[in-house]
Amino acid sequence: MLAKRIIPCLDVKDGRNVRGVKFSADVDAGDPVELATRYDAEGADELVFYDITASADGRGIVMDLVQQVSERIFIPLCVGGGIRTYDDVRAILKGGADKVSINSASVHDPEIITRSAESFGSQCIVAAIDALRKPDNGSGSPSWEIYINGGRKATGIDALGFVDELVERGAGELVLNSIDADGTREGYDLELNRAVAARVDVPIVASGGAGTTEHIYQVLTEGQASAALAASIFHYEVYSIPEVKTYLSDRGVTVRHYTP
Amino acid sequence: MIAIADYGMGNLRSVEKAFQFLGHEAFITDDPERTRGASHLVLPGDAAFGDAMRNLRSAGWDRAITDHVATGRPFLGICVGLQLMFATSEEMGQHAGLDLFAGRCRRFPPDERVPQIGWNQINIQQPCAILEGVDEGSFFYFVHSYYVEADVAAESVAVTDYGLSYTSIAARDNIFGVQFHPEKSQKAGLRLLANFAALN
Repeated sequence: MLAKRIIPCLDVKDGRNVRGVKFSADVDAGDPVELATRYDAEGADELVFYDITASADGRGIVMDLVQQVSERIFIPLCVGGGIRTYDDVRAILKGGADKVSINSASVHDPEIITRSAESFGSQCIVAAIDALRKPDNGSGSPSWEIYINGGRKATGIDALGFVDELVERGAGELVLNSIDADGTREGYDLELNRAVAARVDVPIVASGGAGTTEHIYQVLTEGQASAALAASIFHYEVYSIPEVKTYLSDRGVTVRHYTP
Repeated sequence: MIAIADYGMGNLRSVEKAFQFLGHEAFITDDPERTRGASHLVLPGDAAFGDAMRNLRSAGWDRAITDHVATGRPFLGICVGLQLMFATSEEMGQHAGLDLFAGRCRRFPPDERVPQIGWNQINIQQPCAILEGVDEGSFFYFVHSYYVEADVAAESVAVTDYGLSYTSIAARDNIFGVQFHPEKSQKAGLRLLANFAALN
């Protein structure tokens, strides 16, 4: 049976891993290569490197990390953050990443998803959105707005309509990052994940808000996500990956237990 | 020396790195002629079936693969590489494959999320040289929207469940194909690649 995935996310700035609290990143959380090696040994199902400097220099640093990590770690590596053009996508895949996570660029120019998926295959094109819950309009069904530029800029675009377009254009996977929940450790936005999972066929990766193993359990069951992404609870060793997986399998969720 | 076929599709470096990590000499080449002296040939792939076959044919890879296999030297198809080893595919129209295995490539039914992305298990159906030391039920990393349907039961070495039970490893003699990415499957994947590299 297909296992639910646990994915540690390393936010990388100037070659160090930093943790984000509601999208502001300032706390140093360690050496990314060291962390990646630890997560690999613990049985992470995938790793995400998120370049939060998103400058040309920053990109170079992240690609060096991917290069170093991929020499000795044999799980899928995804790189995101600041991808603007089709050429950025190509360069990242050529640099050794297995997947590219495209965020703001798909709002500026949705063709980037279409073109990248046609050239490299949907399997390596991940569309990530940053969504902020809209005030209740009395309709009874919640809605979310797409934000760009690291969650700083509102777009007026309705998130649920936008994910349909991303999938039609060839995104093979969706990462749903809840701005409300990000960095709070108070739990994922279950409704957001469930609402998107009901609309599209591709796998959903939940992001933002993991604070406890119960939160991860909730989003993979009630939230219908295929994978849970988390950062600070792993970086600060609040939980190890095996602890999370044991908690999940004790409650009937299929996970992959790994011993190096 | 292990040759990895570069026909313009897929993340080939990770396959090369996995073999090198295991202590084997491996090289990526876009010239089919360079595989003549190789002991092993690997066909990776992450693209649409039709595009991939077109690229293989236009560069002469179909011929090089047939010749390699005819000499009995080990051959391994990975992901779309496995799918290309079958006779036909229905991915975006009907396409003819390399026809090393009888059967076809079909799209997953709509009741599961497509593509299948993530770690799934293999259920071993028959003994196979590349599965030496790999446990029944081992997890491997899969990414695909199409699966293969093998006509010859004896060539379906392992199956995987995803809405339906499908062939995840096909093999005959020294010809092997795996639907998952062994180069992205930690210990179990590296063991499989080491077994393949050790064949002669």
